[in-house]
Amino acid sequence: MTLTTDLRFDQIRLPEECEALRREVRAFLAEEVDAGTFDPGQPEYGDAHDAEFSRRVAAKGWIGMTWPKKYGGGERSFLERYVVTEEFRVANAPVRLHFVADRQSGPILLKYAPEHIKMEVLPRICRGEVCFVIGMSEPGSGSDLFAAKTKATKTGNGWRVNGTKIWTSNAHIADYMIGLFRTSPPTKENRRHGLTQFLVDMKTPGIRVNPIYQMTGRHDFNEVVFEDVFVPDDHVLGEIDGAWKQATSELAYERSGPERFLETFYVLIELIRALGPSPDVRSAEGLGRLVAQLHTLRRMSVSVAGMLQAGQEPVVEGSIVKDLGTIWEQKLPGRVRELAAFLDPEATNRMTLEEQLAFAATIAPKLTIQGGTTEVLRGIIARGLGLR
Amino acid sequence: MGWPRGGNFNVSESGKLVGETAARIFADFADPGTVNRAKDDAWKQALWNALADAGLTLAWVPEEAGGAGASLADGFEILGVAGRFAVAVPLAETMLAGWLLARAGIAAPSGPMTLVPARPGDSIALDPGGSLTGRAGGVPFAREARHLAVMAKGATGATIALVAAGEYRLTVHRNLAGDTVGEVTFDRADPLQVAAAPAGLTQDALLAMGAVVRSVETAGALETLLKLTVHYAAERVAFERPIAKFQAVQHSLARLAGEVAAAMTAAGSAADTIASSAVFDDAVLLEAASAKIRSAAAAEEGAAIAHQVHGAIGFTKEHILHRFTLRMLAWRDDFGHESHWALVLGNRIAARGADAFWPLLASR
Repeated sequence: MTLTTDLRFDQIRLPEECEALRREVRAFLAEEVDAGTFDPGQPEYGDAHDAEFSRRVAAKGWIGMTWPKKYGGGERSFLERYVVTEEFRVANAPVRLHFVADRQSGPILLKYAPEHIKMEVLPRICRGEVCFVIGMSEPGSGSDLFAAKTKATKTGNGWRVNGTKIWTSNAHIADYMIGLFRTSPPTKENRRHGLTQFLVDMKTPGIRVNPIYQMTGRHDFNEVVFEDVFVPDDHVLGEIDGAWKQATSELAYERSGPERFLETFYVLIELIRALGPSPDVRSAEGLGRLVAQLHTLRRMSVSVAGMLQAGQEPVVEGSIVKDLGTIWEQKLPGRVRELAAFLDPEATNRMTLEEQLAFAATIAPKLTIQGGTTEVLRGIIARGLGLR
Repeated sequence: MGWPRGGNFNVSESGKLVGETAARIFADFADPGTVNRAKDDAWKQALWNALADAGLTLAWVPEEAGGAGASLADGFEILGVAGRFAVAVPLAETMLAGWLLARAGIAAPSGPMTLVPARPGDSIALDPGGSLTGRAGGVPFAREARHLAVMAKGATGATIALVAAGEYRLTVHRNLAGDTVGEVTFDRADPLQVAAAPAGLTQDALLAMGAVVRSVETAGALETLLKLTVHYAAERVAFERPIAKFQAVQHSLARLAGEVAAAMTAAGSAADTIASSAVFDDAVLLEAASAKIRSAAAAEEGAAIAHQVHGAIGFTKEHILHRFTLRMLAWRDDFGHESHWALVLGNRIAARGADAFWPLLASR
């Protein structure tokens, strides 16, 4: 075992250009709120898709903003994207249509798609026109990604896909999927061998999307069934049978962002509103502890963003941010509920707070499951420490 | 086993240099295994002399006042290293005292010093005749200190005073780690020197500085704790394999890493903020209070995990683990209990109002 216990969290402060951008983003969001596009006090909006809104966001240059200009990007820094992401998240802005494409699908295409595909698809993401879905989990494999069975079989100038993907958020509105399909059996030496990433046009014949309703009553994820779905050769992303090599560096991007600890932030704001300017000792102390945790998480997350911008690969640090962040945002509604227990029922925002707590309580269980479970993350951290 | 070099700050060249100097001195004079076996405290004097000779004890005193003239950032680097060795001499206290005196233009004497008050509720009064009256508890290393740097309330505002040992009554007890803590009583004590505190340097600001110092030391101790615990888990065999191979143990170690990361980040962020702020504003309060609250929580959680993984051997006097876990736990009490800082921070956030909360957070 080679043990490595030196963690690294550089003290990154957002540079001045980020603060100018932040003012611009806040002004834009305030206008949208005034126009009735969404309501920051209504967390449902943060989970909603709004094509018109996404197009206006795109017009500001805030989708694909770190990508090369020739693909429609803005060649801005990862820290600038960080500012946009956190301001949108805190405002509960309806980013669902473009968020997955912006965060992870676009970067995968940038790295692994052939040039003509990049030229075709990336500018459309940047214009806020297309929605992406991630096709990884299957009925028989979730966290165990490399057990995927959905098969892509070589045929002529492309591949035929058969199988089922599940828990696919957005599949019912998505234009494209980045899917992980089996192109060869695993080998004895490497059980991760044999999977390949593909770009799939969701309008291809043979794709069926079946809704799965969540315990909240909402419809967000789906089952996607593939029956002899043709995917052309130029839609292969990266190395055939070698998708496992492509996953690691993207994880830090996907796992350490502000959306990994701000998902239930609105209940904290509403608690502060409900407590008023002079809370009792119990509430004030409880609030102080929550604020300390949140500030620390944000500083960790900004640190990882800065290290990524500097070209490092803080995979362990990114996993730590998601592990601590998702557990915190999951527990936050419960803590707020305790601290609000003895508040004056006549307090003006009491109803808003209770509605928000009810919403947050129903979505809380998913927070430590989506995008890598707590257990998977701790495994990655343990591997980073040299224990596996 | 080598000692960890932290990645806590964006360390400057000078910071690296003083950090390396401190690490070398601690490795030579305060190796945890060696001092844990020592029959007496003679090693503490040798360690102190080496630290003083290298200029580290008066790191925050300007060169023209006889100190090393290190920047605040470089001084925090020294304290991070001290934390990684679970320092048991009044290095941090002397640095803080020297810094406080220097802020008022008072030259620092040689020898160990400590800081009064060290708790939020305590208050010392400077009467018009120039003598001090009042009582302060929880003063770290009060017995070892040859001088006290005191912040007192005078008729014209906050005042800094240098007081020699012997001018006050002292009751000594020991903290969790066995380090001395004193209750200091001034009964019209005569200071050696008195000067007005600079504008903005309030008792709250002083305690915030102390709280950040303890947070940085705690983060350092946690870094060592992670290293000790991971190495122990990799070496210890049970059920025919290293216990580090068990998933349950791996997840405990991953949680420990998370606590260490949080403490490092919160403490590093606060130190970075203090080192670059001219005033004690809401941003400094957010950073300093968060550092104390989060590092104290990490100390508690981290100590529990480290002990659980070490099993019975970690509960022995012979093993060095307690040097780190008990000292971190003791540090929670200094310069404001984490509950004190949570209360101050919560009240401040509430007073600013809901709409001013995110802008404050995002400004950091």
